[in-house]
Amino acid sequence: MIPDPQHYYLYSAYILTWAIHGTYLFILARKAKRVRKEIERLKRSG
Amino acid sequence: MSFLAITRATLAKDIRLEWRSKDAINAMLFFSLLVVVIFSFAFDPTAEESRRIAGGLVWVAFLFAAIVALNQTWARELRNQVLDAYRVSPAPAIPLFISKAVGNFVFVAVLEALMTPLFIAFYKLRALGPAWQLLPIALLGTWALVVNGTFFAAMSLRTRAREIMLPLLLFPLSIPALLGMVNSTTAVLTGESSPTFWIALLVAYDVVFTVACLLLFETVLEAE
Amino acid sequence: MKHGFTVLAVITAVLLSFALYTALVMAPVEQTMGNVYRIFYYHVPSAIVAFGLFFINFGASLVYLIRRNTKADMLALVCAEVGVVFCTVNLITGSIWARPVWGIWWTWDMRLTLTLVLWLIYVSYLVLRRFSTSSQTALLAAVLAIFGALDVPLVYFSIWFFRTQHPSPVMGGGGSLDPHMGYALLLNFVAFAFLAWLVCWTRYRLEVAQRAVHEAEAMQSLMEGAR
Repeated sequence: MIPDPQHYYLYSAYILTWAIHGTYLFILARKAKRVRKEIERLKRSG
Repeated sequence: MSFLAITRATLAKDIRLEWRSKDAINAMLFFSLLVVVIFSFAFDPTAEESRRIAGGLVWVAFLFAAIVALNQTWARELRNQVLDAYRVSPAPAIPLFISKAVGNFVFVAVLEALMTPLFIAFYKLRALGPAWQLLPIALLGTWALVVNGTFFAAMSLRTRAREIMLPLLLFPLSIPALLGMVNSTTAVLTGESSPTFWIALLVAYDVVFTVACLLLFETVLEAE
Repeated sequence: MKHGFTVLAVITAVLLSFALYTALVMAPVEQTMGNVYRIFYYHVPSAIVAFGLFFINFGASLVYLIRRNTKADMLALVCAEVGVVFCTVNLITGSIWARPVWGIWWTWDMRLTLTLVLWLIYVSYLVLRRFSTSSQTALLAAVLAIFGALDVPLVYFSIWFFRTQHPSPVMGGGGSLDPHMGYALLLNFVAFAFLAWLVCWTRYRLEVAQRAVHEAEAMQSLMEGAR
């Protein structure tokens, strides 16, 4: 593997791709946790 | 009442109300003047350069003036719960839309007519191409902004942050129309290319979205 | 249901890993660009997946407009959101690719411009859904999606003509593709398509749960009000 400044572009592109997908999935996970808490609360009080 | 009669009546009512609230009109006119002046300070090109960029500047200025005018459109109706009355009445929605759109068109056209001589003066504009073509371009371009603007202004009524929703919804969809307006104007001013394609694009845009707005306005009006 | 989801997740993970390996290691080096071109194994599939999702949104919006089917509305929302994610990836990888190859961060070429406009339209769609106070948000959103779909051919033609007048570098090149590259591209496309399916399914389930919770809460406050 030739250390090539162009590789920085390649790796940052791939890393950013996963960062974006990861962020979205993280947001979904947080929402899911909140919904689960809500369901618990409703089950208890309902 | 017939379709045409309803449209005419609503339009007449709107113009009468606008005329009575001259404050709003005067404020709008002054705002348009300010926009031209600010642009002239920000972009101070030579006569040669100005012909290339004036198309873009003028239409962006018109766009901002149109947004401010459109935001006012439904505000008054909303204040007096006129829209609810319309929804309950058996009157068809299309004449309401047409009269609102035409009213807005007249209003924005007046603003443009005021701003144009100022732009010509500040930028020493002179059309090297067929200047008469600027009139159909102005009419088609203004209608493109107003028809969708009126429709989305109605949609924005059902949102929070109403005033920002209108440009937010309008701008992305207006991109092809904007390309058309700006490039055709630049083509006429510089005389370097033919505006025909762009004018055709504007016509296509206007036809497609006028039909879409007419078909879907009732749906939007009913959505409470 | 639960089973199918886990199976899908596993398949997706496997596909993505293998596709990554293929893209970085197995695919041959390109003559003119060197290794940087490998970005296109992420850039192009993201574009195709994003456009596919937007197309599904358009279909679902039409169905909702005609039938007022809740499932269609949820599908539309899900595809719009996930589509925006993939579209964002597409735009960013495109920009990062353009820099070392063309020396610019952006160019108004046909593909990038069309992608940007679609991204703008769908972000405005998502903002409308979030900011709407109407009880019929789904309907307004569906109307906006229709308008967006009508706009796309107009955008296409306007950029096409603009580009014939102001030619600029073409991103992603044309020309023939080395079969090994074609294989890697196809593999990455399949992997990302599975990822899109997985994420959409997740988001859909979340939406179903959220709506059920809202309804239950509304019921509860109604009954409390009655007491």
